Amino acid sequence: MTLRPARILLYALLALFCVYYLLPLYVMLVNSVKPLSEITSGGMMNLPQAWTLAPWKNAWSEAQVGVAATGLKPYFLNSFAMVIPAVTIATVLGALNGYVLTKWRFRGDTILFGLMLFGCFIPFQIVLIPMARSLGFLNLSGTVGGLVFVHVVYGISFSTLYFRNYYAAFPTELVRAAEIDGAGFFTIFWRILLPNSGPIAVVCVIWLFTNIWNDFLFGASFSDFSSQPMTVALNNLVQSSTGEKEYNVHFAGAIMAALPTLFVYIVAGRFFVRGLMSGSVKG
Amino acid sequence: MAAHHALSTKARLRVLLPRIVLSPSLALVAIFVYGFIFFTTYLSFSDSKMLPSYGWVGFENYKTLFSLRMWDIAVTNLAIFGILYIVICSVLGLFLAILLDQHIRAEGFIRTVYLYPMALSFIVTGVAWKWFLDPGIGLEAVMHDWGWTSFQFRWIKDRDMAIYTIVIAAVWQTSGFVMATFLAGLRGIDGEMLKAARVDGAGTFAVYRRIVIPQLRPAFLSAFVVLAHMAIKSYDLVVALTNGGPGTATAVPSTFMYSYTFTRNQMGIGAASAEIMLLTIAAVIIPYLWSELREDPR
Repeated sequence: MTLRPARILLYALLALFCVYYLLPLYVMLVNSVKPLSEITSGGMMNLPQAWTLAPWKNAWSEAQVGVAATGLKPYFLNSFAMVIPAVTIATVLGALNGYVLTKWRFRGDTILFGLMLFGCFIPFQIVLIPMARSLGFLNLSGTVGGLVFVHVVYGISFSTLYFRNYYAAFPTELVRAAEIDGAGFFTIFWRILLPNSGPIAVVCVIWLFTNIWNDFLFGASFSDFSSQPMTVALNNLVQSSTGEKEYNVHFAGAIMAALPTLFVYIVAGRFFVRGLMSGSVKG
Repeated sequence: MAAHHALSTKARLRVLLPRIVLSPSLALVAIFVYGFIFFTTYLSFSDSKMLPSYGWVGFENYKTLFSLRMWDIAVTNLAIFGILYIVICSVLGLFLAILLDQHIRAEGFIRTVYLYPMALSFIVTGVAWKWFLDPGIGLEAVMHDWGWTSFQFRWIKDRDMAIYTIVIAAVWQTSGFVMATFLAGLRGIDGEMLKAARVDGAGTFAVYRRIVIPQLRPAFLSAFVVLAHMAIKSYDLVVALTNGGPGTATAVPSTFMYSYTFTRNQMGIGAASAEIMLLTIAAVIIPYLWSELREDPR
């Protein structure tokens, strides 16, 4: 096909939008590797004249975040310590719930599922006050464990949704046949459903990982300086810096906070999109 | 007799086990979603200040809430932000989806580029746009450096315009998601019907307007539900981009709730504002969940 003017315009538009979406990433990247003076003199769009990794080193291990000059490293590790158990527990519970809600149905299960699903959508402001008190009561205030608990509680709505919709399409006859052969509840789950759950488990893990890593509200409300996740620390770094604002350090920190989810998106983008699309409740 | 008894226990377990497995999750949801909603609702009718307190004051907190200037600003901001955010994301998303639906080379790559902001934290987006829109070092400074010295763009510092910078950053983050929703919808449309229309002499524009877009109704609906509830819940982006400022110019209900509850020690009013947020979201979500689950085949 020869390139008609309409096609050229089409590709030009698509390229223009690529620039639009990539621009902030470009700004973050180039400004994280140049000296501060090059930014403050109006050179935000330029490539660095003097390349330097100092802002990265500074953001990672030296910058003043909150009370101590620790850099973002401890908070980056906090986020991992929070995300890994929270994602694992919420995914396992979601898989079991989805299994029950599709293969062992009982009267009223759709209503129960609907009630669980509403938990995906509530504005979390409605639970902040009682949750703060409950975490105190459970002795989990200001700990990573407390954040894990909160994310599990509000993650199971999503994981249940994913697994329920996925298992709904799985042939129930296979489950019934195995039952007749004498297989029990957990044997069927372990031997028949779980080996076929690869794709949805990936979708669910990616969705929860992205959401929990990126969470700010719970992190800001329920953590103290020892347990703050990366998003909260980044915000503290950027907002509270007294004296000269070290934009290059802020940008380096922002990229650090973005890297884990960006990495997941680039390696497993297909599953990420599927997770997003599962917003439709029926599946 | 013994065998019969064992069987009936087994049969009973067979019925009960699934419910036992489901019950921890149900208990968590019952307490931490519904119990907490109930608790916060009660607090919104109480005289709670710094700590929860259980003296009943009726609608006093709501009366105070609606008379507060900052709440007025927050609701107006949410309306401006929400409407622009939903409309611009939908139009841009649909436009990009239609562009990408024209048998594009490197479609996968372009899609990846359009959608990646969705993987980022709103705090990251906020930091990037905060400094990009900052007149001292961002767009304005760059334009001055490039020689356009009369160029001015200082919305982020302007009380009347700052809310629009939040729209800019939020649209950047989410429009790719809407594009993906519409693109999935477009791919689900029957190709034969489009061919028939083309044979009948309908132009591309007419095909989209008459046949394709009307069939995207479900995609519009789910995009609307997701965008509306994201708009009402948006908190991180506002905190990172403007922190509610300048002054209180970009306050939204979520920042209002946080500030009244945890820094101004007006927990009763904070709870009342959370209640209004919940009711607003419920008005969007409950009809949606109802219609989606109602036709569930049993």
